[in-house]
Parts: sequence; C-alpha cells; structure tokens
Amino acid sequence: MQVTSSIREPLITGGKTLKDVTHDVSRQVEGKPSLGWILGLLFSVGILLLGSIALVATLWEGIGMWGLNKTVGWAWDITNFVWWVGIGHAGTLISAVLLLFRQKWRMAINRAAEAMTIFAVICAAMFPVIHMGRPWLGAYWALPLPNTFGSLWVNFNSPLLWDVFAISTYFSVSLVFWYIGLIPDFATIRDRASGLRRTIYGALAFGWDGAAKTWSRYESVALILAGLATPLVLSVHTIVSFDFATSVIPGWHTTIFPPYFVAGAIFSGFAMVLTLMIVTRKMFHLEDYITIGHIELMNIVIIITGSIVGVAYITEFFIAWYSGVAAEQYAFINRATGPYWWAYWSMMTCNVISPQLFWFKKIRTSIVATFILSLVVNIGMWFERFVIIVTSLHRDYLPSSWAMFYPTWADVGIYLFTFGLFFTLFLLFAKFFPVINMAEVKSIVKSSSQKANK
Amino acid sequence: MERDKNFVLGVYDDEDVLLDAVTRVRESGVKIHEVYSPFPVHGLDDVLGYKRSRLPIAAFFFGLLGTTLALVMQFYMMKIDWPMIIGGKDYAAIPDFVPVTFELTVLLAAFGMVGVFMISSNLKPWGQARIFDLRITDDKHVMAIDIANNAGFGEEAIGDVLKATGATEVNKKSFE
Repeated sequence: MQVTSSIREPLITGGKTLKDVTHDVSRQVEGKPSLGWILGLLFSVGILLLGSIALVATLWEGIGMWGLNKTVGWAWDITNFVWWVGIGHAGTLISAVLLLFRQKWRMAINRAAEAMTIFAVICAAMFPVIHMGRPWLGAYWALPLPNTFGSLWVNFNSPLLWDVFAISTYFSVSLVFWYIGLIPDFATIRDRASGLRRTIYGALAFGWDGAAKTWSRYESVALILAGLATPLVLSVHTIVSFDFATSVIPGWHTTIFPPYFVAGAIFSGFAMVLTLMIVTRKMFHLEDYITIGHIELMNIVIIITGSIVGVAYITEFFIAWYSGVAAEQYAFINRATGPYWWAYWSMMTCNVISPQLFWFKKIRTSIVATFILSLVVNIGMWFERFVIIVTSLHRDYLPSSWAMFYPTWADVGIYLFTFGLFFTLFLLFAKFFPVINMAEVKSIVKSSSQKANK
Repeated sequence: MERDKNFVLGVYDDEDVLLDAVTRVRESGVKIHEVYSPFPVHGLDDVLGYKRSRLPIAAFFFGLLGTTLALVMQFYMMKIDWPMIIGGKDYAAIPDFVPVTFELTVLLAAFGMVGVFMISSNLKPWGQARIFDLRITDDKHVMAIDIANNAGFGEEAIGDVLKATGATEVNKKSFE
C-alpha cells in the first residue's frame, strides 16, 4: 500500500492503469523503429566508424599519435576517462542512493540511467586500455596474474591499480544490478510475444515466474545491492581522484579531491541523464512517466552538486594562498591567468554560474532551458578535468621544460569514437530493452492514478 | 489426486484487495500454493507467512570471503612472494591495501548474493517458468490453490472462498 502526501504532484500523470504501463513501454520494443531512431543510429554508427580510424591508427602506430609530450604526459586520454566515469555515477546514484532514501521518483528513470552508467564506464575504460600502447599485453600489467618474470606482481601501492579494481568492480556490480531489475520486465515482454521474440526474451527473462516468494527475495537482493552500490559509487570517484591527489604535483596534491570529484561526477552524470531522458521521453512518448516534476527534481540535484563543486573551486584557491607554498600558489594563479585561462574560465562559467540559473522555477521546469544547460554542464565538467590535468602539468619544475599541449586528430578521433559507441549502445538499449522499469512503476500506479483522478 | 498438478486460480485486480484476500483465505483454512504478481506487493510475504529472506546473511559471508581473499592476496604478493620497497613504505603497507580490499569485498558480496538468489529462485537462461496466467506479468494478481493440497474443500468450495474475498475471476489450470 502506498501512502503519499496529497499535496504532492502525482509521479505518473494521465491516469494510467497497469495495462497502460505495460503497453506504453513494451510497444517500443515490439513496434518498428521510428525514423528518428534510425537516423540517430546511423549518425552514431557513422561517428563510431569515423572515430575508429583514429583508434586503429593509434593501436598501429602507438600513442605517439597523440599530442602528448615529455612535460604533458597525460591530457585528453585521462580527461576523457575521468569525464566518462563521472557521467556514469548518476545511474548508480539514482538507482541505489535514491532507493535507500525511498525516493519513488527514481522508478521512471533508473533503468535508462543505469544503462547510461554501464555504457559510460565502457567508454571510460577504453582510455586507460588504449593508453597502455599494447593493450593485448595489458592484462599482465593491470591484473595480478602469474607471469614469466618469476611473478613480479602488480603494485598494490599504486592508485592506478586501485582504479583497475574500482572500475571493474563498479562495472560488474552495476551490470548485475541493472540485469536483476530487467528480468521481470523481460518476462512481461515474453508473455506478450510469440515465435522468435518469445524465445529470445524468454531466455533473457531467465524463467521468471512472478511468485510472491521470488519477489520477496528480489526485494531483498535489490536492497542489499543498493547498500553495496552506494559506498561503491562513492569509492570509485574517490579512487579516481587518488590518481591525482596521491601525487606531489602542485595543483593535484590536495585532500579536497575525493569529495569534490564525487560531487562533480554526480553533477555531470545528472546533466547527461537529463540530456538523454529529454530526448528519450520525446522520441518514445513517455511524457506521462518522465514528467516535468522528474526533470525539476534532477535540476535541483544539479543545483546542489554544482554548488558543492563551486565551493570546492574557491576552497582550493583559498587553501593554495593560505598554505603559503609558492608552488601551489603559482599553480592556481597560473590556472586562472596563464596560457590556459580560457579553459579555466569556461569551466567556471559552465559549472559555477550556469547551474545557478536553476534557482528560477521557470528555468528548471523548462525543457528547452534544461536541455541546453545540461549540455553546458557537461562541457564545463570536461574543462574541469582538462584544467586540473593539463594546467598542473604544463608548467614543469624546470622552466626549460615548460610546454603546451595541442591535441592531434587522433586525440579528437578517439574521443569521437567513444561518443559514437555511447550513443550507439544507448539507442540499441532504448529500442530493444524496456526503457522504463515497468514492474517498479506499476507499484506506484495506484497512488498516482487515484490522485490524478481526484 | 496428484499434488502440484491441478489448481484453482483466483484473479485479483487490486493489490490492497489481494492483501486482504490472502489473510481471509488463510483464515478460512484453504492452503495457498503461491501468489503471482506483476510487481512487488509490499506486505504480501508477511500475510502469506513467508520468513524473511536469508540472502543478506549470504551476502555478508561472501563479503567476508572477499575481504579475506583480498588481504591474503595482497600480503602474499607484496610481502612474501616478491617484497619490494616502494616509496619507502613497509612491504605490507596496510593503508594502501584498503581500496582493493574494499572493492573485492563489494564484488564478492554482490556476485555471491546474486548467485544464491539465481539458484534459490531457479532463474537461469534456459529456465522455463510455469505460467499460471499470462496476465501476471501485465496487470493481474493470481492466487493459485492446489486442489490436492486442500482435500477438505472441493473445487467449488475453493472457488466460492476466492470469490467471497474479491477475486474478479476464478479459473482452473492443470499442468501435465
């Protein structure tokens, strides 16, 4: 039984019944793809193929194809890695953290957000793997496997190795969490279908029978997985921030990094969820499930995390001054006024100023404004990583080593490749998998429709 | 009559009616085989008298196994098998082992628990569900009563009990 305050807006509008939920979500899977979807897929696959030229060239020639030099030894590769991992965080936050807080508005968006997490982590993981130069040998460098050097093991003191464990655990646990939620919905599609579709979705549904005993176990599994995924998602970006924070480079060596990176990750992740959901709800006519109310709540999360990020930027600057360490002070002054000033101020504008516009109710309930600002936030978050990584490196300890970083076509191409991969995977998901968690949404239909009919 | 073959099915439209019906059917002395629903109905396991799932306990012990394996692995590799001084730290630099230990704890707890769930609920890719009514994955709740298990009641009497508790349909289903 659902008890919701009567002054709250219903989570599902349009007075939907259980049957409507099944129909509205399953028809995407069962029907012919729309023209918009086909064009979107062609475009994504096109970008994927175009970008794969850069990928193949890099694998063939080596990472000398990139714009890295002796001074700036990390640039777009790790910027893109951190950016994609950060985007992934919103999915787990929505499905796990909001489950623990019993926020029912998560139900309409958790499926797509988790799918986004999985695809974003795949894109992120590409970068360290390619950066190995010879990724086919990478397993020996990244995993504790016995090898021909008398088993010279991997270095467990290195944050880069912690990252290997963090990202792979995060990916596999998210995948399992997502799949467990998909099983009952695959069963719904199985029971509506016949022939080949029935066989395929029947196999995907794992023989789900909907028994009360199974549901009871399912609910315990979901709760415990949420309890495990919550510290996991916080640990992942914490460990990503350790890649920088445990070093001695001025601009990287700061204890504020873990919370600041986690807030930034959720910030950019919610922006990407909004970008995708605004398009998905329109393309698949899901406006009654993903309502303006959902968009407004996500925008509120963006204000909060955006403000945390803003405070973190200012704190960093203050601490650099207050520490009295000349190298720290220089690193920060140089960020704001040095040769990369344009990147720094793009970051400040996109991440600190633009989300504050959501304080106006008109803006945070406007679909067009939200869509534009969600793109702005993700541009800003890309610049944040670029600023932290490149500006801290380009002024080396010896002025004779000072250098600049200029991306080559291969840098740009591989970044494009991951975009192509991400959108291709997301479009395939949106067509062939139920984009909304039908079973969970059905559990709030009664309370919502009673309110809508009042 | 053979058990687990012939069932009377009560079809319910509303989850609150269903919860009430389960209590009343059980009070009338009819034994319920199982209830099938399109979504998790909160409190249904309580009124059916199911014990709380022990899966969280399984998760805890799998997690403990993960912690142990992670620590043993790191101590063995870093201190025993090939000790090296890295950054002037002790061979067994325990704070550095925390992240990997945490990750492997979560990994084993999650996979172990989900594995046990799959086995205990008989979920597998080649699994075939015994479907009482196709609508239980759409919009109906179905209460299945095994006729052979309720020898004191006839088929008719069971149907009457279900109707009296608010079932919108009463059907019969037999499996080979």
